[in-house]
Amino acid sequence: MSVTKDDVQYVANLARLQLTDEEAENFKEDMNDILGYIDQLNELDTEDVEPLEHVTEITASKFREDEAKEPISHDDALKNAPDADSDYFRVPRVIE
Amino acid sequence: MKNLLSVQEQLQSGKRKVTDICEEYLQTIKETNSEVNAFVSVDDEDVRKQATNIQQKIDAGTAGKLAGMVIGVKDVICEKGKKVTCASHILHNFESVYDATVIKKLKNEDAILIGRTNMDEFAMGSSTENTIYGPSKNPANSDFVVGGSSGGSAAAVAANMCDTSLGSDTGGSIRQPASYCGVVGLKPTYSRVSRYGLVAYASSFDCIGPFSKNVTDAAILLEHLAGDDPMDNSSSAKPVENYSEAVAESSGKLKIGVPKEYFGEGLDDEIRQGIEDRLKELEKDGAELVPVTLPHMKYGIATYYILATAEASSNLARYDGIRYGHRADFEKIEEELSLERKELKKAAGTSTALEAADIDSPLIRLYKKSRTEGFGTEVKRRIILGTYVLSAGYYDAYYGKAQKVRRLIKQDFLDAFQQVDVIVSPTAPTTAFKLGENQDDPLQMYLNDVYTISANLAGICGISVPAGTHSNGLPYGVQFMGNTFHEVDILRAAKQFESLQS
Repeated sequence: MSVTKDDVQYVANLARLQLTDEEAENFKEDMNDILGYIDQLNELDTEDVEPLEHVTEITASKFREDEAKEPISHDDALKNAPDADSDYFRVPRVIE
Repeated sequence: MKNLLSVQEQLQSGKRKVTDICEEYLQTIKETNSEVNAFVSVDDEDVRKQATNIQQKIDAGTAGKLAGMVIGVKDVICEKGKKVTCASHILHNFESVYDATVIKKLKNEDAILIGRTNMDEFAMGSSTENTIYGPSKNPANSDFVVGGSSGGSAAAVAANMCDTSLGSDTGGSIRQPASYCGVVGLKPTYSRVSRYGLVAYASSFDCIGPFSKNVTDAAILLEHLAGDDPMDNSSSAKPVENYSEAVAESSGKLKIGVPKEYFGEGLDDEIRQGIEDRLKELEKDGAELVPVTLPHMKYGIATYYILATAEASSNLARYDGIRYGHRADFEKIEEELSLERKELKKAAGTSTALEAADIDSPLIRLYKKSRTEGFGTEVKRRIILGTYVLSAGYYDAYYGKAQKVRRLIKQDFLDAFQQVDVIVSPTAPTTAFKLGENQDDPLQMYLNDVYTISANLAGICGISVPAGTHSNGLPYGVQFMGNTFHEVDILRAAKQFESLQS
């Protein structure tokens, strides 16, 4: 199973990244190297192994009282926005 | 050895002042940072203000437990009002609006936060070369890297620009640079320290931990970093032990596991010899060396680079140029899109074909351009790999498989810790490599983490302590790993190891 340049461009689109042809070519090679290395996991029979999803094996979430607390302020939330008016983040028009 | 306890004695007796300590460190930074590039920002005036304030508290007898400790902070941990860039262009203008829990705790105990340290972009790397600030350079020899990703924090302590520093360890990012720079670096058990305010890379691995010049300071600092936090639901509710007291006591007869998998092929001969010699001294000192086996160790890197990149691809989806961070120039995007439409029209001939053609909406293109301009190559590589292993048709073969192998790796450690208190290994297979040496070979770069990565996969704790100087003049470390929440054991082993040298 080997990754093609088209695979790389397909995944880049899913990840919302643009790659030049040269970058896609380089990433294709890197990915095939890395995935080739990763293939060694197939030496292991894991048929009866449960996947490990949380290393400290938390079985139940910690609950807290359902109380309203002060969130970050409106001004703070907008502080780092690249484009905003006094109330909202500003984005390109979505609906034509 | 100079540690916080001896500094605090001098502060108490009035022999020294925090303000003077800070001036000395600011002066060292001024003299050496242009060479080492450990700090990416230091606000002298802010540091002086902190120092004056804390000196007043010392004089009034109301100072906190970390008064006198001067700490550098990796640029991935949020400090209110400070730039938090993760050494990435995409956050080059981001200023945190809140304090990470660890920062709040340090401030409450009157530590001085002296500045922000260099790192690999979003903590992805093993050399502190993937950074918009330029690489940090090893204080022992500036032709060599400092390790990574918390390389700036390691170098800052090694070059005496601060007492201690904070780093984050996802696959070895505290312990490996500690080894390369000749300082102490500790990765706590996963969930022991709150991750609130730590910019996420791979959330099931990420841990904040300390760098220091000696084991005692690491214990003291960890004691104040650790603990339950309502802001991080994954943080452990287990009570925090008194680490500083524990290291002050004699460690008794430690059972130290020696895994053959960690002393095999790929390890520098001189490092192997150096560590084996030291272990014999520990044995004479009363420790018992027990051969153990961790048979799945060799699958660690493969497992990690599936799981961590998968988590990264999800975590880094938040950088879209909308709410914060870099946003691409929208006028240029509109021009670009209109040009693409025109060309498609010319090629397609009909407007129906044009409508069917796949062309980004302006908003989608804005996301793409902002991310493409904002992220560096290694970050893109990992996002793409992570997206690939999670994509339809590959999920079970990669992500599902890796989660199963992760359990096997953890089980190896659980079995080994039935027999021993701690497990010893080299921290890294070599001393620091030359700047630029591994830049073109990502897989080779990943292999630097071979001895550290399993601890992250298993969620256990580990510490790197300086073990000696190689004939090439560069330092190297030894790692002690302990079972989950057994920080006391690794600190005691490290302390005993440290006392061999003095």
